[in-house]
Amino acid sequence: MKSHLSALAIAATLSVSALALSGTAQAGATFDGVKQKGYVQCGVNLGLYGFSAPDDKGKWSGLDVDMCRAVAAAMFGDAEKVKYTPLSAQQRLPALQSGEIDLLARNTTRTLTRDTANGLNFAPTNYYDGQGFMVSAKLGLKSAKQLNGATVCVLPGTTTEQNVSDYFRANKMTFKPVVIEKNEELNKAFFAGRCDALTSDASQLAAIRAAEVQNPNDYVILPELISKEPLSPAVRQGDEEWMNLVTWAFYAMVQAEEKGLTSENVDAAMTSADPDVKRLLGVTAGNGKALGVEENWAYAIIKQVGNYAQSYERNVGTGSKLKMPRGQNALYTEGGLMYAPPMK
Amino acid sequence: MTNPVQALNSARVRGWLYQALFLACALAVAWYLVSNTLTNLATRGVATGFGFLHREAGFEIGESLLSYSASDTYLKALVVGLLNTLAVSAAGVVLATVLGVLIGIGRLSSNWMVNRFATLYVETVRNVPLLLQLVVWYTILNRLPSPREALEVLPGIFLSNRGMKFPVLVEHAGHGWILLALVAGIAAAIAVVRFGRRRREATGKPFPTLPVAIAALLLPPALAFIVTGAPLAFDVPALAGFNFEGGGSVTPEFTALLIGLSVYTAGFIAEIVRSGILAVPHGQTEAGLALGLSPGKILRLVILPQALRVIVPPLTSQYLNLTKNSSLAVAIGYPDLVSVSNTSANQTGQVVEAVAMMMLVYLIISLAISGFMNWYNRRVALVTR
Repeated sequence: MKSHLSALAIAATLSVSALALSGTAQAGATFDGVKQKGYVQCGVNLGLYGFSAPDDKGKWSGLDVDMCRAVAAAMFGDAEKVKYTPLSAQQRLPALQSGEIDLLARNTTRTLTRDTANGLNFAPTNYYDGQGFMVSAKLGLKSAKQLNGATVCVLPGTTTEQNVSDYFRANKMTFKPVVIEKNEELNKAFFAGRCDALTSDASQLAAIRAAEVQNPNDYVILPELISKEPLSPAVRQGDEEWMNLVTWAFYAMVQAEEKGLTSENVDAAMTSADPDVKRLLGVTAGNGKALGVEENWAYAIIKQVGNYAQSYERNVGTGSKLKMPRGQNALYTEGGLMYAPPMK
Repeated sequence: MTNPVQALNSARVRGWLYQALFLACALAVAWYLVSNTLTNLATRGVATGFGFLHREAGFEIGESLLSYSASDTYLKALVVGLLNTLAVSAAGVVLATVLGVLIGIGRLSSNWMVNRFATLYVETVRNVPLLLQLVVWYTILNRLPSPREALEVLPGIFLSNRGMKFPVLVEHAGHGWILLALVAGIAAAIAVVRFGRRRREATGKPFPTLPVAIAALLLPPALAFIVTGAPLAFDVPALAGFNFEGGGSVTPEFTALLIGLSVYTAGFIAEIVRSGILAVPHGQTEAGLALGLSPGKILRLVILPQALRVIVPPLTSQYLNLTKNSSLAVAIGYPDLVSVSNTSANQTGQVVEAVAMMMLVYLIISLAISGFMNWYNRRVALVTR
């Protein structure tokens, strides 16, 4: 129910906020608005380990949270200038559309509809994911193609429901979905045996397994990934300055990894002779002015948030409980898809 | 009414004027909200309108009263959700009424055990949030064994954490005739009841209505059953792959929602029934006894007609509550209207339209229930002279 009320509230906000927003819906509004209020209002997941979750002191961390922090660091030179709005899957798009948040970094798949009809713009993908299936090891399954006739637990509010339907239709198999809105209830139903398989993005399956199961070997994630899930930060259409800043804040993290800059060695690198590094860190001026922020914007990101590899390993990689291999999320030089355009 | 200033002094004219002003204000506010929402959505490049209803839905639904597949339209998916809502609400209303009446009468019982149990029941279910109760029922049902270790409660009926599987009749040409005979039986039974009443009113002699009516009801279908060759073949569920195949099934989601809604609402209905019966003065019972009526007839002819007058209006709001509460289904995975609407809204991004449609549909269902119950209330209301 909560999410319906929120959806309603957001619809109401859309109605009533007319006066406040109608005059300001022009290019640059978000950028100037954020600068003026002094912090980034960032929409994040209600709690997804590795991507955005609060710890016992209420401090948020995760790969998506690092995206929010990087943008704040670029804008204000201070990664702490972020306020978080935890959003359910249903709430996230209206929250961004209505202007409640400035940036949506909430494991959101970039799709054509969202990029167009829903009025969003997507920054570069910060995590390449794909939808998979998790099953009990007792079933002895080797492939998702053996799931004919299975009951599948699905979380609504995402592209997952349609993906799983498409996959079974394409392979001429049938299944029964059980669609439960709350993560905890869905997981409980799956682990109680209500469903044969649980489907979600592979990273989420790993997160659920890490959080809920005593022995991770009791459950296996089947090898097939049935969808492309490029999880990307999103902003509202109509503010290119803001879009640019979010885009290049992420590229700066990737570029830093490629150049071997970390939060530990970035101070020493200020004296580097490499022209690329000098431009990135603002020693050679130009990039900051072009983005409308201080010249040390990328330095602030690398110093306070770290490069992409540091963020990845800390949140979802070897430094975390998820232990996700880099895979597609490795640098292009190591066979992955992470590639930053020239920063000059 | 000679000049406008004088007309304003008339209470009637002013009444109309105020009402017209109020209506105009309400319409203006509504128009403002709708047009602003549309303008804002348009300036943000968000698609609006109901065109999406005719696009392919592309998602499966766990249980459906119609044949539905992912290649059907959003409209059909929403209809499936609506039917699921109606199904669980209708079953819930019947079950809650039966349970509520029993418990309500139980609270008036002079038997200490029955009385205390009924009180405990009412106080417990009324004071625990419904959402919590639903989750508890669902968790209990999910604790049943897996299909491979299913409990066979009766021959052919299996209980597992995938729900209840039961045998269903295999279709046979004779079934149509038996059904037809049953309709004829019902008509005959109604005729018997009418005849009995008319004879009693005319002559004062009692007529054994009940046994004769039951005979009139059952005889034709029984005859048709024998004539068509007793077509009783069952499709019995059997284990295949992940689950049972064949037969009919009731899912744990439906069962948990039905039990939860009925048990919760029955607590309120029990109190309504109790207050309705207590509202009839004890003197009425005594008067009935003085006339020599049996206790059953006193309840049926004296107490209930007067109690129903008190019971029906609050009962209506309980039925409305039950129907609206069925939207909590999303918490335990029953694919009701809200669940399907949510999925549609998420896939199309058209949240405002989906929420508006949901609101409209619930409004229509509620008004329909109210309309029916008001009609029934007028029928049972005392005609005072």
